Amino acid sequence: MTTDVWDTWELVVGLEVHAELATRTKIFCSCPNRFGDEPNTNVCPTCLGLPGSLPVLNRQAVELAIRLGTALHCTVAGSIFHRKNYFYPDMPKDYQVSQYDQPIDSGGWLELPSGFRVGITRAHLEEDTGKSVHVGESGRIHGAEESLVDYNRAGVPLLEIVSEPDIRTPEQARAYVTELRAILVATGVSDAKMEEGSMRVDANVSVRRRGTERFGTRCEIKNLNSVRSLGRAIDYEARRQIVMIEAGESIRQETRHWDESDGRTHTLRVKEDADDYRYFPEPDLVPVVPDDAWLERVASAMPLLPSERRARLAEAFGVAPSAEAVALLVERAQDDHALAALAAGGDAVRVLVHEEHNLVVDGVVQHVAPGRLAELTVLEVGGKLTATQAKAVLADLAAAGGDADPAALAAAKGFEAMDTSAVVAAVDAAIAEDPDAWAKFLAGNDKAAGALVGRIMKSTKGKADGKAINAELAARRTATA
Amino acid sequence: MTGPDTAAAIAADVRAGRRSAREVLDAHLARITRRDPELHAFNLVTVDEARRQAAAVDAIVAAGGDPGPLAGVPVALKDNLCTRGIPTTCSSAILRGWRPPYDATVVERLRAAGAVTVGKTNLDEFAMGSSTENSAFGPTRHPMDPTRVPGGSSGGSAVAVAAGFAPLALGSDTGGSIRQPAALCGVVGVKPTYGAVSRYGLVAFGSSLDQIGPFAGTVADAAMALEVMGGHDPKDSTSLPHSALSLSAVLDQGVAGLRVGIIDEMRTGIDPDVWARVEAAAEALTHAGATVGTVSVPAVTYGLTAYYIVAPAEASSNLARYDGVRYGLRVDASDTATMNARTRAAGFGPEVTRRIMLGTYALSAGYYDAYYGKALKLRRLMAQEFAAAYERFDALLSPTSPTVAFPFGAKTENPLAMYLSDVCTIPSNLVGHPAMSVPFGTGAHGLPVGVQLLGPGLSEPVLFRAARVLEEAKA
Repeated sequence: MTTDVWDTWELVVGLEVHAELATRTKIFCSCPNRFGDEPNTNVCPTCLGLPGSLPVLNRQAVELAIRLGTALHCTVAGSIFHRKNYFYPDMPKDYQVSQYDQPIDSGGWLELPSGFRVGITRAHLEEDTGKSVHVGESGRIHGAEESLVDYNRAGVPLLEIVSEPDIRTPEQARAYVTELRAILVATGVSDAKMEEGSMRVDANVSVRRRGTERFGTRCEIKNLNSVRSLGRAIDYEARRQIVMIEAGESIRQETRHWDESDGRTHTLRVKEDADDYRYFPEPDLVPVVPDDAWLERVASAMPLLPSERRARLAEAFGVAPSAEAVALLVERAQDDHALAALAAGGDAVRVLVHEEHNLVVDGVVQHVAPGRLAELTVLEVGGKLTATQAKAVLADLAAAGGDADPAALAAAKGFEAMDTSAVVAAVDAAIAEDPDAWAKFLAGNDKAAGALVGRIMKSTKGKADGKAINAELAARRTATA
Repeated sequence: MTGPDTAAAIAADVRAGRRSAREVLDAHLARITRRDPELHAFNLVTVDEARRQAAAVDAIVAAGGDPGPLAGVPVALKDNLCTRGIPTTCSSAILRGWRPPYDATVVERLRAAGAVTVGKTNLDEFAMGSSTENSAFGPTRHPMDPTRVPGGSSGGSAVAVAAGFAPLALGSDTGGSIRQPAALCGVVGVKPTYGAVSRYGLVAFGSSLDQIGPFAGTVADAAMALEVMGGHDPKDSTSLPHSALSLSAVLDQGVAGLRVGIIDEMRTGIDPDVWARVEAAAEALTHAGATVGTVSVPAVTYGLTAYYIVAPAEASSNLARYDGVRYGLRVDASDTATMNARTRAAGFGPEVTRRIMLGTYALSAGYYDAYYGKALKLRRLMAQEFAAAYERFDALLSPTSPTVAFPFGAKTENPLAMYLSDVCTIPSNLVGHPAMSVPFGTGAHGLPVGVQLLGPGLSEPVLFRAARVLEEAKA
């Protein structure tokens, strides 16, 4: 199949994300909410569902749900809990306390760095289940000799965040999850670690012919353990569905399991087997009705969200909010550093370049005082240092503890900007040494310039400014023509 | 010893050092040893534990301290109340041998008030029944006629008080499980306002209906118990924010000027000997200065219908956890689903199985609106009608049970006939209001008859005043 399938087919994806809340204790009891402890040590009658035990809602969990709802522009309203009834050994009560028709957060949106908005249907509170451990060769339930259950996770608070089916490409799906994770972390709602399972993503995938309105039959994909798997799984699943439909078959609504090792999705269970969850209002809990004062308190204490930080950065540097450098800096929490360098008088273009490439690549961003970075860029734009030299000085600056005079460091390295006559002489010498490259360059082969630039850099020990050399070469070619 | 050995008398004596808790306990244990093999009020008598508690009470008195308002008072606990380290079975094979790692809030509060818990009483399995015949450990017998049932589901607790095994006992009331056996056994039984007593540690049956309450020989003893048990508990989200209601102080204020309404709809299907006692109670209240009239609350006639949707629905969910995975009975099988099914088939008796099936059906996709949703509407309608009635009356009066204690097996073949035993008690649970049964003379075969007093939420002080008047009138 060629990529042209997307000319005739459209992908439709909605995502369900489960985020474990970063509360101190569990959602309905005072056991610690902590990952990685010895099995069955963070348990009590309530989270073990012992007869006679009762739930008491964790106020912090509600607060975090309000915070996320605010961040996602949701309506935060009074809500109630329901019981979702089904038998499963890692669920102590054989029902899950969850929100059903009255979730705490509903009707919001999330804006991707590209500016694309994904609708948020709802985000609701619920309790997590325990974890089954199957003892045996395979590690899966089939063929296990015995199964053990760890209830430390039972009762950990979750928010299930359901998107509208607005996502149209695997890239958007990845960007959505990346952005949502950033929001969860920025707001302190969750540590959102996919690898530890504190953020779990299920994807509802369907396809339809372009120009049609009706959604195709969807399949739910589980076991997506990274943003990369998410993209791969959606792409695979969409193509699988297209092949089937084009072969005249119909799609069966089912839950499918993504297998990272073979890069395919496999049937987990079909819709007909689905449980009837017999939802009914949880009689052991009372409605959650956050008052306006609480909502306002949360709203006024909201940290800057990633989208707001991108907007702030973009405006300060005079670039588009959708620029890759902007997304990258915010994602890596370097935006404050960049803004400080700019405020200290740094050159916008050069600061952004160093933040995006040099500092990140060499991992030295935290070690350079913003003011010193600003001074460095001033030397660059003043023609005192070439870009290559500046990079070397930056490394020395970081090695020196981040707070040294860039001009002094440059002098110590023997760096001084070459004057124009020196550049002209170096270009003359390079042409003389490699007339073939010069001939090719004259004939229109731009790549041939690389060989000449390389010679010049070598002869000047990197002091020459690449831009100045290229300009000189181009000027001579124009003159020759 | 002269007169009935009431909780009030015992506590007064023990606090004053006139009797030791040990002495009181031994007298009650002697009665249990003598008669409980026949009556089977108890699933378990915790002799050693009770002796330790009595010794602790005596030590406090000896040291010049006050063990509390229930000092040395023996209390029997329905076996669906969790007791730390002591088996709690709900009279079900599925929980045999399970020892809770914690005490119910009411148990903690009783002990903190100086009470001595003597054992766990028999009940209809998981509190589902009206005769205590549905126990996995065999029925409890009526102390005045051992060929008859004591009522249920808290039959063991009612008998414990009626037979003098303990002056106080705790039961749970989901649709009448305290009041009906109290009526049949001739003792006082109270179903408090929903939320007035913490449910923490009560093994759930119908969570939106369940309330724990006391059985006592006298109205004053019931008041003392409720004062100790009641009040807000942060462990129960449905617990009301109030502190325990003050009852003892108002007991003797009488009913002069009180407006009491006889519920018209609770006249139908009542045995004449029982109805005669309701009329006598009305006369007694009138004589004491109350104004008695008649009131219609039509929605109560749908009480049974609504109840047999809501209670089984909640039960089907509450009882799901008995799956063989974590505690209690397990019947092994090669896969989890089969193990669940076999364990539950072996562990639950027929009435519990019936109600789980009823409730599962009522909550099923496509049936929710027709059953559970409609039952919720009925609860709201009933609450509106009661609210209207309470604009004209301070309290309402009815029979507690349509009949006196009936013979074993009389209703076991016909679940609907058994369910009718609770026709007068169920409405209070559906609306969350308090109600109590007070013994008021005898009916057929010389067996006790109880009359029921009903009131709006938190009206216990009014009900106890009226109950006290009836108690005095009877004497």
